[in-house]
Amino acid sequence: MAELRYFEAVTQALQEEMARDDRVFLFGEDVGLVGGTFRCTEGLMAEFGSRRVRDTPIAEAAIVGLAIGAAITGMRPVAELMTMNFAIVAMDQIVNHVSKMRYMFGGGVKLPLVIRAPAGGGTQKAAQHSHCIESWFVNTPGIRVVIPATPYDVKGLLKTSIRSEDPVLFIEHENLYSTRGEVPEEEYLLPFGVADIKRPGRDVTVVAWSRMLPEALKAADMLAREGIEVEVIDPRTLDPLDQDTILSSVARTHRAVIAEEGWRNVGVGAELAARIQEHLFYDLEAPVQRVAAADVPTPYARNLEKLALPDARDIADAVLKITL
Amino acid sequence: MAIPAASQLKLYKNMLLMRRFEEGAAEGYADGFIGGFMHLYIGQEAVAAGAISSLNHDDYVIATYRDHAHALARGTPPEALMAELYGRETGVCKGKGGSMHFYDGSRYFVGGYAIVGGHLPIATGLALGIQMRNEDRVVMAFLGDGASNQGVFHESMNMAKLWDLPVVFLCENNFYGIATAVGTSSSYNEIHRKAQGYGIPGRVVDGMDVRAVRAACDEAVRYARQGSGPVLLEARCYRYQGHSMTDPGKYRSQAEADLWKKRDPIPRLARQLLEEGIATQAELDAAQVEANRIVEAAMQYAERSPEPSPAALYEDLFVENTFHG
Ligand SMILES: Cc1ncc(C[n+]2csc(CCOP(=O)(O)OP(=O)(O)O)c2C)c(N)n1
Ligand SMILES: [Mg+2]
Repeated sequence: MAELRYFEAVTQALQEEMARDDRVFLFGEDVGLVGGTFRCTEGLMAEFGSRRVRDTPIAEAAIVGLAIGAAITGMRPVAELMTMNFAIVAMDQIVNHVSKMRYMFGGGVKLPLVIRAPAGGGTQKAAQHSHCIESWFVNTPGIRVVIPATPYDVKGLLKTSIRSEDPVLFIEHENLYSTRGEVPEEEYLLPFGVADIKRPGRDVTVVAWSRMLPEALKAADMLAREGIEVEVIDPRTLDPLDQDTILSSVARTHRAVIAEEGWRNVGVGAELAARIQEHLFYDLEAPVQRVAAADVPTPYARNLEKLALPDARDIADAVLKITL
Repeated sequence: MAIPAASQLKLYKNMLLMRRFEEGAAEGYADGFIGGFMHLYIGQEAVAAGAISSLNHDDYVIATYRDHAHALARGTPPEALMAELYGRETGVCKGKGGSMHFYDGSRYFVGGYAIVGGHLPIATGLALGIQMRNEDRVVMAFLGDGASNQGVFHESMNMAKLWDLPVVFLCENNFYGIATAVGTSSSYNEIHRKAQGYGIPGRVVDGMDVRAVRAACDEAVRYARQGSGPVLLEARCYRYQGHSMTDPGKYRSQAEADLWKKRDPIPRLARQLLEEGIATQAELDAAQVEANRIVEAAMQYAERSPEPSPAALYEDLFVENTFHG
């Protein structure tokens, strides 16, 4: 086992897949010469050359569109959007094109492409630079949504994403890049649609992903001191979703909290809560709780941003609300 | 047309204020009062100062995230801008916007925008509104070199010319979009000619020379105001700092930076003012003292100002917060 930082896990996965398959190539804003805004592509241009690691103009719609075209020809593009905020500029390509083409062409094309982008707020980047909008894409059939929280999950899932025959939106988190975790030296892949129980517990199930995972684990530590044993589950991929692991956990604990950094209104948490009550209505001891961002654009001021975004304290409070 | 002596001294004071404001902001950032993304304007002062001085008070100005100087040039009180950077209730956006999103409607400063290119259709729409309302106004829209590769740049150019809208697009070509040099991101480097295919006249101007910027903008603004349609100006300039506070800017050589700094717009204008007898050294010194004082006062004001109240979290989302029927 080696300890890697989250961004290094991205680099390793990209490096290994590029070495393994010369159809894989990277492109995006500042990914080449300077190795990426978050250092994810450091060293790759030097190793693989400027044909396979390309700096692009600031043109997100075209970046995604070009990935589609190249994928049709048999290439395996990995497009980086500097942040998820700019996926919004490319929304038409992602929603109208990437996620529709195979189906509307009757299975005629396959689009083995990956769009990587980091999401997230929490460092005063204000309204236009703090988006956590995975729910938009989970709501859109036809594109996989992978959203890992640890270096181990990043590496295994990114390799699987690159080998996937289907388009994948691979959502990283800006505030997780410097976090560390154990990663095996030997090659491994992680399957889509398999949630991971990050901490077992018998009293309540907390489902959390991306930056909410470390917050949920922190909340679980806090609650353990009060004698409440929290089970923390990270779905890791939201499409496909491992519903069974979540449901069987809630069937045991009879209580569920869903924590996400995105907006509460029609968030992923709403979908999960709906499924839990559809399947487990009579097993529940308490209403399913959602912890999410306040339904306002992310404010800049430090105190307001802290109020707007969910954290470990909010998760712990939600747990306490249904366990006391 | 010659620039009046008083205006020239004002341009000088304005540029000093811009630079000192940015230095103060950098201090505030280092001291932890300011967070998030902040993009300094040091080196490019001649562009915003010269360009905005060509406008009437009720012409619209719209900018990118690198927007501090543009608001200052519009006359927004420095203390309200610094308070915004500090995330305080007394800031121009009540602390909700921060560095990238200054706004001052009372001075027709329609804001700073952080999605590259996102504001260009808005600029075009402002000009459409002016035209439809038969107003005697123009729009001045600032953009970076990197923005000229976005789709909306081209969509905006086409519509601006299609309807001959009164807008001056001013591209501040500092030769980099973050780490990416113009030459590696644009198939055609003469940005001022990028809209020629749409029939929009373009012109390049020395963005390190405030008088040259002023003269070019006087002409462009007159052209747009008289109903001849949009203009695309390209001011060639250089940002001395990294792209933002977290960027050490290692992708640029020291030699390149040194070359540009020799053409620094502030001492350049000082020399001209002295040589031409427009100002005395004592006046120029006093201007520096005054700029320092203003920024110091702005920082103290910001630090003393209260944070937004928690209730502000849900305020300002809609005009009408209640449902009827
Ligand atoms: C749509 C979009 N893509 C990417 C970014 C990230 N980004 C912020 S500034 C910038 C460079 C812009 O360069 P330029 O237009 O030349 O303006 P400058 O910063 O040099 O003033 C980039 C890529 C963004 N904010 N918006
Ligand atoms: Mg630039």
